[in-house]
Amino acid sequence: MSSVPAQAALRVLSAGPGVTLQDTGRHGYLRYGVTAAGPMDPLAYATANLAAGNAAGSTAIEISLGGIELTAEAEPLAVAVAGGDFAISLDARVLPSAALVLTIEPGAVLNIRAGQSGAWCYLAVAGRLVVPQLLGSNATHTRTGFGGVDGRAIRTGDRLPVEPSRRSMPSIGAIAAPWLDRPPEIIRVVLGPQDDYFSAEQIAAFLDGPWRVSIKADRMAYFLDGPRLTHAKGYNIVSDGIAMGAIQVPGDGRPIVLMADRQSTGGYPKIATVIGPDLGRLAQARPGTAFRFEAVSIAEAVAARREEAAALARDLVVEPLVRTQFSSEFLLGLNLIDGVVNPIEHARIT
Amino acid sequence: MPPVAADAATASAAPRFLNAGETALVVEFGETVDPAINDRVLALDAALRADPPAGTREFVPTYRSLMIHYDPLQIERQTLIGLVHKALAVSAARTAAAANWIIPCCYDSGFGEDIEEVAQLLKITPGDLIAWHTAASYRIYMYGFAPGQIYLGGLPEALAISRRPAPRPPHQPGAVLIGGGLCVITNFAMPTGWYVVGRTPERLYAAARADAFLFQAGDNLRFEAIDAATFLALERRVASGEVVARQSAA
Repeated sequence: MSSVPAQAALRVLSAGPGVTLQDTGRHGYLRYGVTAAGPMDPLAYATANLAAGNAAGSTAIEISLGGIELTAEAEPLAVAVAGGDFAISLDARVLPSAALVLTIEPGAVLNIRAGQSGAWCYLAVAGRLVVPQLLGSNATHTRTGFGGVDGRAIRTGDRLPVEPSRRSMPSIGAIAAPWLDRPPEIIRVVLGPQDDYFSAEQIAAFLDGPWRVSIKADRMAYFLDGPRLTHAKGYNIVSDGIAMGAIQVPGDGRPIVLMADRQSTGGYPKIATVIGPDLGRLAQARPGTAFRFEAVSIAEAVAARREEAAALARDLVVEPLVRTQFSSEFLLGLNLIDGVVNPIEHARIT
Repeated sequence: MPPVAADAATASAAPRFLNAGETALVVEFGETVDPAINDRVLALDAALRADPPAGTREFVPTYRSLMIHYDPLQIERQTLIGLVHKALAVSAARTAAAANWIIPCCYDSGFGEDIEEVAQLLKITPGDLIAWHTAASYRIYMYGFAPGQIYLGGLPEALAISRRPAPRPPHQPGAVLIGGGLCVITNFAMPTGWYVVGRTPERLYAAARADAFLFQAGDNLRFEAIDAATFLALERRVASGEVVARQSAA
């Protein structure tokens, strides 16, 4: 009788608060009060998955400013990391990019921590994280204990079983994804659904700001600092549905952008909604970041969305890092493979 | 919360189409809590769910509007609005008949944690509160805020109470709350700006149950007062997977 080989896994050596498993979200249950959750930066999340050769909507690890340190168990695991400008190191050697594919050898330590800018990044393992779903999804919503690892955030000591992909991946490569370089100065919105609760002057004040992300900013909501807005006809409405990116203005006149972990319904007027392509741009803004809003039409928002989808499908390239980008000491520990890998091509082959 | 109003004019007017970004369309039938308005929301919801247009993702009925989540790269907003108009033309009524539920509720101290406070504020006795709360028939307008949490209309006028100026500490799962002229049954422990008047041993959401969510929006509901011993007995049955809310003929 042959022994069963140990299953491949990612082992979490340490995790800060707010590191969670996410997929595209728990869809179909908003009508029962169930928040979809899902990634704060959908574009970075999809980028990491595609760079890892996965379907864009595969389960990945969302890393907060709390950071994470992990290793591979049983066999080498290829991963892709993309999102904010985080600092990534492998066995204490700092890597020269914040968007990478790399292979973690068993026992090697991958460390991802807050860097120069950005608030979230995504780690996608090439293959599949084997975690039980709840209502058809792995997305974590910690407030209700839905999804993730036993309904909670990832913590030190967690072991995440992996079914590794059998595709070839470069040992280490930079992900060329220029769409992740998104200055947050302007966040585009579509006005409504309750913009008629505000006068024209107040709509103008809302767009002009300037706004800053306050220190009260998490997966549920980003509270904004800036001018106080006033309502033209009160601030109590009969509760209705809330889309991700909805900007509600409660009685104190301080806008709140409702994010991935928002409640399904709410009772304050929503002056505008951040367009899908700018959700990640806003999510990546740390407290203190200044910006203003720009109103766009539905047609403009859809055009931006179409452009984003096309770029993702067409232009994602993983470039093996060249030797000049590393110290010789670093290179000794790596087995660099030449050649450019287009993960989209990979996906077609398999 | 604006007052609950029966407004016949709003209940028959053409809906407004509001933008909630480029991926969600709000079909709004009114701005008040009104059974006739909610009926129209639920009728449209039923019609669209029976034959979901390609590119639509999710339908979320609330008191007075239906939020349609869609993929704008698959269906254009104008096309979607056209299909909503078509669905409105054929959906005169909800397709499914409303169920009538009786749900057990314990009002004893320790369960109805805020009953004394509410009685003082409304200048009534706790006994009056329980009598009125159990005498009324409620309509389930919608789920919202948290999984399995339902919002009920039909709270007697005498129990209408403003919400708290500041939230109270988290209540227990199953807490029955009143505030702003409405009643809520919860499923998860959460802080709230409402008042806890009782607790049900029933679980409106249970992942392992065949019907993970027990009720449908549009169903009717009454509360049945139980004592603490009955609560504990029913709670054990619920924990073993049983449903203790029951349906009545009317």
